[in-house]
Amino acid sequence: MIHIKNLHKRFGKNQVLSGVELSIKSGGIYAILGPNGSGKTTLIKSILGMVIPNAGTINVLDTNIKNHWRYRKEIDYLPQIANFPSNIKVGELIRMIKDLRQKPSEEDRLIGLFGLEPFLDKKLGTLSGGTKQKVNILLTFMFDSPLMILDEPTTGLDPGSLIQLKKLIREEREKGKTLLITSHIMQFVEEVADQIVYLLEGQVYFKGTIEELKQKTDQVDVEHAIAAIAMQTTDA
Amino acid sequence: MLKILKYSFYDLMRSRWSYVYFLFYLALGFVLLFLNNDLSKAVITLMNVIIVLVPLIGTIFGVMYFYNSKEFTELLLAQPLRRSTIFLGQYFGVAGSLTLSLFLGLGIPFVLYGLFRSEAIFNFALLLITGAFLTFIFTALAFNIALSNENRIKGFGYAVLLWLFLAVIYDGLFLLSLIVFEEYPLDTFSLVATMCNPIDLSRTLILLKLDISALLGYTGAVFKKFFGTDFGLLVSLLVLLLWTLLPIWRLAVKSRRKDF
Repeated sequence: MIHIKNLHKRFGKNQVLSGVELSIKSGGIYAILGPNGSGKTTLIKSILGMVIPNAGTINVLDTNIKNHWRYRKEIDYLPQIANFPSNIKVGELIRMIKDLRQKPSEEDRLIGLFGLEPFLDKKLGTLSGGTKQKVNILLTFMFDSPLMILDEPTTGLDPGSLIQLKKLIREEREKGKTLLITSHIMQFVEEVADQIVYLLEGQVYFKGTIEELKQKTDQVDVEHAIAAIAMQTTDA
Repeated sequence: MLKILKYSFYDLMRSRWSYVYFLFYLALGFVLLFLNNDLSKAVITLMNVIIVLVPLIGTIFGVMYFYNSKEFTELLLAQPLRRSTIFLGQYFGVAGSLTLSLFLGLGIPFVLYGLFRSEAIFNFALLLITGAFLTFIFTALAFNIALSNENRIKGFGYAVLLWLFLAVIYDGLFLLSLIVFEEYPLDTFSLVATMCNPIDLSRTLILLKLDISALLGYTGAVFKKFFGTDFGLLVSLLVLLLWTLLPIWRLAVKSRRKDF
């Protein structure tokens, strides 16, 4: 599904990714973890072609993404902060994205699921953070693409919506999709993720299942295991 | 690209500023016609306003729109769209809606006044075409500045400085150099210097067409002598076209390499 070789990215003097090697097979949920500033978002944005790497190659669905854009048809992306143009209405935004993507979509089911009907005629600028995130999730999940990339999907959600989100994520996995998720909520990661990719100082430090991670670090829960990785490296 | 253009255009058409701009030109058109009582004279007065104001509005709108639609742009970047499509679509949306405001705002009063029965119609048409060129040129320059500057305040500052330089300072420097080097032949120099500034070029272009020697000035006279009226018009229109295409090309190239 995704093959990344020797990926380097630098912003000015700040070396964010330094030689990321990552292979992601089709199907399953991959959690991309790492401390703040470890390059999670940069890695995701490189896969999406929003950030142009300094070196290295990225193949998505067997195409080298350099100077290509059509492969993005096969990706649904949930951005980290729901930054929307503030002067358009929720309904208009949904119609616009549908118009741009020209794919079958199932927004009605999701609008019902997250209770967004009363907001369809409201402007995006007037919505609360959590509601914006729901709109964000709706825009991502309404299309049927084999690869989904979710950057901090739980931000600002109330418990009810969080349950719906987890349900949605599991449904997508059962359809055989590949999901990349970043999150700092370890409980959430433990519940949904099949594999963990741990980024540290611009490289993939660990890749494997949650069980393997626990064994490697001698910890019983994920939160401590992740914290232990960070400790090990600072000690070393 | 047409879809992005459509959305940017609608977005701007709903914004209050497009109407303010439109109403300003509408008022300007009526007032000038009322005061001058003569189409040709109104065209000349209008030229002086347009040549300074249109670039300013194009610059400010361009920078403002680019920075304000950052979120929208990021949303679009994750969609299956070519980058140049996104930026050129937005650019043509802004430049197009500004040009429409200009055309309608000035067109309505002049048409009501009897433009179609007047001989001034070609002069007026040329004025509008020049206005459109200036809008497209300065919006493109503004987009370029905004694309290269992540910091809004800096981007805004550079854009306004660029306008100030081309609209005011450039003329001063030009005149100064004419005085300093008056011993030397300055024909070629003034020709080139005029072509290097779209605002000066537009002024010369309109004055050539209006054929008012009193207003033509030194550069205009050189232009006329060098190219003749018709050829001079053609050359200056071509250079204006070049002025439009170059920044658009840079916009397309730069946008391909930027990180978001």
